This record gives sequence, structure tokens and C-alpha cells, in this order.
Amino acid sequence: MKILVAVKRVIDYNVQIRVKEDGSGVVTDNVKMSTNPPDDNAIEEAVKIKESGKASEIIAVTVGEEKAQETVRKALAVGADRGIHVKVDGTIEPLAVSKILKKIVEKENPDLVFMGKQAIDDDCNQTGQMLAAHLNWPQATFASKIEVNDKSLKVTREVDEGLETIEVNTPAIITCDLRLNEPRYASLPNIMKAKKKPIEQINASDLEVDTNPRIEHIKIEEPPKRKAGIKVASVEELVQKLKNEAKVI
Amino acid sequence: MSVLLIAEHNNKEVKPFTFNAITAASQIDQDLHVLLIGSKADDVAKSLSEVPLVKKVLHIDHEIYENYIAENYTAAILKHADKYSHIICSANTFGKNLMPRVAALLDISQVSDIIKVISPDTFLRPIYAGNAFATVKSNDEKKCVTIRPTSFEAAETTGGSAEIEKIDAADQSENTKFINREEIKSDRPELGTARIVISGGRGLQSGENFKLITDVADKLNAAIGASRAAVDAGYITNEHQVGQTGKVVVPDLYIAVGISGAIQHLAGMKESKVIVAINKDGEAPIFSVADYGLEADLFEALPQFLEELNKLNTIQK
Repeated sequence: MKILVAVKRVIDYNVQIRVKEDGSGVVTDNVKMSTNPPDDNAIEEAVKIKESGKASEIIAVTVGEEKAQETVRKALAVGADRGIHVKVDGTIEPLAVSKILKKIVEKENPDLVFMGKQAIDDDCNQTGQMLAAHLNWPQATFASKIEVNDKSLKVTREVDEGLETIEVNTPAIITCDLRLNEPRYASLPNIMKAKKKPIEQINASDLEVDTNPRIEHIKIEEPPKRKAGIKVASVEELVQKLKNEAKVI
Repeated sequence: MSVLLIAEHNNKEVKPFTFNAITAASQIDQDLHVLLIGSKADDVAKSLSEVPLVKKVLHIDHEIYENYIAENYTAAILKHADKYSHIICSANTFGKNLMPRVAALLDISQVSDIIKVISPDTFLRPIYAGNAFATVKSNDEKKCVTIRPTSFEAAETTGGSAEIEKIDAADQSENTKFINREEIKSDRPELGTARIVISGGRGLQSGENFKLITDVADKLNAAIGASRAAVDAGYITNEHQVGQTGKVVVPDLYIAVGISGAIQHLAGMKESKVIVAINKDGEAPIFSVADYGLEADLFEALPQFLEELNKLNTIQK
């Protein structure tokens, strides 16, 4: 079984986001970048499946600018066998990413495609489902448990009501929830080894995919600030304020 | 052209977020049709037809829709999507799973999780877990939009009498099979829709100590939340997690107890109408978003809080 894992480079989840004054976006210069957190879970799960003997090869793929390669290199350091970097500059929407990934899937013929359920930058939560649609493959989104069988997977999904279990035939797309597993750290020897693993570079323009944005970002702004609150001196005062001032109890 | 809203339901009743999505959809265009895909869901069709904002209910009734499978729903939606300018549903796990599959097959770049309708093609949506707001304009001819339910009031549910039209089912996907759903049963209000939420963090120090939170929640008829730190420490199960990676909540009153206020947690609760923070560290970031901050040891403050609440006899259930 061959597994393709898609990863995205985003602003690190611990960084306080700052909006640019001209409203054109958020500040990314000199800001720490990392792999999108649930994409780490996707890589981890693929590596675990390979370690259990059920997968033979893991390919990590990313779509983005030159530096996006770092996320592929990190995936190689935790256990992916080789990488693919589809180079594209500027904003690229999930719809275009899913079309690019479809081309990669057609070239590599994986049995499974894993990725995080959502990227923490644009919060779109679209790419996996869109890729599944383009390929006419089944989708198992928000996976928190995966059981790999011969020609199918049993996937437990985190849904609003609780947990839902479905069975999907392979090939299939799985989008991963943070609860799926605990991603490992790359060891130093593995980081060194990863430097020798191959990353194939492909220009998005060579894939004949329309990557022009369909959505205009008119303005990016800071969310309205909450007005400064007060400190209360005692529990009695708190309860009185909630009852008489805020009128919420 | 009309707008088409996809209803979420369990074949017996409409799921509450559908009513919030109806409000948002009607702000895009008043000629609002609701698509109900289900099995033996006539009661649901009737409920939807009674919503005054709904102009027509399209009802697909077939046993293959007994359980919600995105692949099957997508095929059904695509069969009937032609006449509509917008396809809309709520941005909860139902809609997040479904809409991108529909959008991709229509070659539409979806607008996810909007919190405001500015015009039929322009919307406000949070990005970076609500740390920035983006005004976006969709240039696709047809639009696929998901709605953040807590940002719109629920529509009135009675007084309307829309026509119910039965329409055809689509083919069933053979590659996805529903197995089961374990619903978390609780007498408490659901975290996502509760009027009051009280959450505990690492400051609780143990799972047993969450009883202090539970006691206050019982008194206030509140839902129970938790920070990621409390969930990771095993004090409470993860369906209680509030934050960027858990649930986003917008209650009238949010009480954060022993929660320092990491960026990820704030992203899930800072739109709440009134925020209370109880923490013994006066420098904790949670105080920067709190309307009322109490710098105190929670092990003393929570029992006192309960005692004071017991003195009041006006608590609304």
C-alpha cells in the first residue's frame, strides 16, 4: 500500500497573529512558520501504518512557495520516504490545490491520501473533500481513529454529536483530527538522513491547472477589540455584577 | 435566482443550526428553498415548511439517506443545484464535510464559515482562528457558502406554510458505508448552543476537582467546557474542549476557571457576550478578554460562588 500525505506550511500556532496596517493581509515577514498542526497527525498516522507493515511507501507532498519545501523535509525526517514540492507563488485557494493534488495522485497512484482536516491559516477545511470529489473517491473527514483492512478502512470521525464510524473502500481520502495520534519529534540522526532523501520539484504551471484565485480578499482587519473589563474584589461582587449589571444570571 | 439551503436533521427533527443557517441564507436572497434529503422524514419536511422565511421545501425521500453520507448527499444536491445562485449550509461538522465536495464538482471556490452577509457576493469570515477578519468577494458565477451558526440568530420556526415538493433521489455511492454513531448523551445543554458555559483548565489540578465546575454548572444550567491543557492532562474528555482545535462557543456568559488563556483557547470563546475569569495568577492572559476578572484561588472561589448563586432565586433555566 502506498500513502500520499499532503502538508502545508503555515504561521506557527503559537505566534500571535498581527494584521498589516494597509489591510492587505497578516504579517508573515520574520514570523516563525511550521507545518500545519493536523498535517503532523497525518504524517504520523502514515508512518505508524508503514511501521505496522501495512504500507510500503510514504510520499509527502506540498504545494507552495520555495520555502514550503521545509514542511516536506520535516515529513521526511519523521518517516516519509520521498517528497514532492509543487512550486507556486502567491495565494492559492483550496480548489486549485485540490486540482494540483489530483494530478499528483494520477501520477503516483497511491491507495490512500492523508492530510490535516483544516489549515490553521485560512481555516477553510476544504482541500481533502475537494480532492475526494475530483477523484470520485470516498472521503473520511475529521478522523480520530483509523483501522486499516485489506481493501478498506474503518474510520471513526469526530462529529458534533459525538463519534461516527464509517467504512470506506480504498483508494480513499482521509482528513485527520488532532486527536488521531500524538505526532513524534524527529530525532537528530533522522533529520540528517532526511537531507539525503529526494524531493522532486514540479512547477504548478507545468501541470495545466488553473490556479487563479476566484475569491478576492477585499480587506483583512483586526477583529473588534473587547472593551476593557474590570477586576472584582470578591465573589459577592462578581455575582452582584453578573445579576445587576450584565444581567446574565 | 433562488438560494438553496441544505437542511441538517436526523429524519425525526431539524437540527437547530439549520435555523441559524436559514437566517443567513435569507439575508443573501429572500427566495429561499430548503433541500431535505432523508428517509421517512415527513415530520422534518413539515417542520421546515412552517419556518416563515422558507419559500419552498424540496424533499428527497429514499432509504439510502437513512444515514448522512457526504457522497450520497452530494450526488442528490448536484442533481437539483442548477436553478440556484447559492448553495448554503451550516459550517458545523455536517456542512464542513459536505459542502467542499459539492463545490469542487461545480468548480466553485467555496466561501467557508461566514459570520456576516455583506452582499450576495461579499462576506465577512474569520481567519487565523478569529485573530483576523477577512472581507471576501466571490467571483464565481454560482456560490457555495457555509455559515457559522452562532453568528446568526435562529429563524422563527412557526407561522409559515411553504409548499413541499417531492423530488428524485440520486445514485448511491458503493464505496462508503455508515457503521454507527455514538451520541454523547447528557442532561446538560449542548456546549455549542448553551446560554451559559463554565470551563475548567489546568488550574483544577485533577479530574475529581471538576466536580466544583459541575456543581456550578448544575446550578446555572450551564454546559461544561475545558481548555486543551485540561483535556490533555486527562481531567475531562475531549468533547468538552473549547478553542481553535475544539469547539467555538458564543454563549451569553462564559466563565473560565483556572484557565490561563492560551491563544488557542481564546480563539474558541472570546466572542462570548460576557466573559468571567477566575484565576489566581493576576497576570494570566485570560484577564485581557474578561469583562469581570476575579483574582482568587478557585478552590475557595468556586464553593463561594455556588453559595452566592444559591442565595439568588432568580436564575433563569
